Amino acid sequence: MADLAELLRGAVAGERLPLARLLTAIENDAPGLRDLLPSVFRAGRGAHLVGITGPPGSGKSTLVSALAAEWRRRGRRVGVIAVDPSSPHTGGAIMGDRIRMMEHGADPDVFVRSMASRGELGGLAASTWVAAAALDAAGYDPIVVETVGAGQSEVEIAGLAETTVVVEMPEAGDEVQAIKAGLLEVADLVIVNKGDRPNAERAARQLRAMLSTAGGRIERQPPRVLITTATAADGVAAAADAIDAHRSAAREPTHAANRARQQVRRALGELAARRAASSPEWASTVEQVASRELDPLTAAERLLR
Amino acid sequence: MTETTPDERLTPIRVLIAKPGLDGHDRGAKVLARGLRDEGFEVIYTGLRQSPQMIVDASEQEDVDVIGLSILSGAHMALLPKVVELARQRGMDDVLIAAGGIIPDADVGKLKAAGIAEIFGPGTSIGQIARYFREHARRRA
Repeated sequence: MADLAELLRGAVAGERLPLARLLTAIENDAPGLRDLLPSVFRAGRGAHLVGITGPPGSGKSTLVSALAAEWRRRGRRVGVIAVDPSSPHTGGAIMGDRIRMMEHGADPDVFVRSMASRGELGGLAASTWVAAAALDAAGYDPIVVETVGAGQSEVEIAGLAETTVVVEMPEAGDEVQAIKAGLLEVADLVIVNKGDRPNAERAARQLRAMLSTAGGRIERQPPRVLITTATAADGVAAAADAIDAHRSAAREPTHAANRARQQVRRALGELAARRAASSPEWASTVEQVASRELDPLTAAERLLR
Repeated sequence: MTETTPDERLTPIRVLIAKPGLDGHDRGAKVLARGLRDEGFEVIYTGLRQSPQMIVDASEQEDVDVIGLSILSGAHMALLPKVVELARQRGMDDVLIAAGGIIPDADVGKLKAAGIAEIFGPGTSIGQIARYFREHARRRA
């Protein structure tokens, strides 16, 4: 593997293979990467970080592709990180998001990278936000992170992205679904995709009605609800407008501080887990928990000492 | 070359499976993708009707260790060497490029001379392919 600093230089200069190899090093937490991280973040250009999440099959990849086409028309260079789940049994993964993004295959100003979640819950891989920083350093803006197909509570994306888009589809549930806690609560923008299906308008109306009361005790504007048909690019320009318009709101100091808090919290968790796992007492402590001599919390405390 | 440290096993081998040309179905490629997933590989599947250019663009962005080309159409002599040529032009010198599908014996030697590392014909098991990839894909940190 080439020198990591060299890869970063190449990526910043707009070369694709060095960027790709830097992303691999980030994914694998390659030796020496930690020392490079400050330079990766310093090289960032302030790209708009957009998270796209929603249930499997709601059309996230197709929508991302349609949005990328729209942003290309507006002269933006688009970076995409598409996360798919790893098998909990073998660690293997099938990543098929590119299939829906082939129209950008020959466009050097769209960079699509597939990432396997590698055992992380929450719909992202541990290194996703560092990978996004590398794409930022390489001059892509916006950077779109597409999570694994999410259920109701994979809300981690909201801690990472500046603008979180939740993609739903018509007939995905009744009004009670919309007022449950979880995914919809973190949305800055809700998109009802597959707008050519029956009842899309009704689904959007219900979501609007239910989300509009979300203001309540939380100081939060209810998210806009838009309808798209990504396969026909219907409504996609309006969706891109709404995402772009949210950028400045996302940069208010309180929001920036919230994101920073999440990022540090996440980094802390990773660091602690790694440090504990490298402790000489790791195996014996885990065994004690398995045999119920020790509770998991006390075990964790002991390993961090 | 075939020794793996525990650390290396933690980073799965990344494989891009693509179907170059105008083949009409991709059942075999999907079965292979699924089988490799079960063998612990990270498989990027790009779907049907890919040009060599598209395959190499995707492989570059994904920084894969292996490109697996599935082809049934008979156009292998036109398409497969082109993939190797484009990949090498981009500096992807250490990426293993292999092929599978319906390829007459007479063409196997020519394809290998053009840089296709191995050709897996009908009847090859997924285990054999997985083993070959593990033994011949580049190692890296």
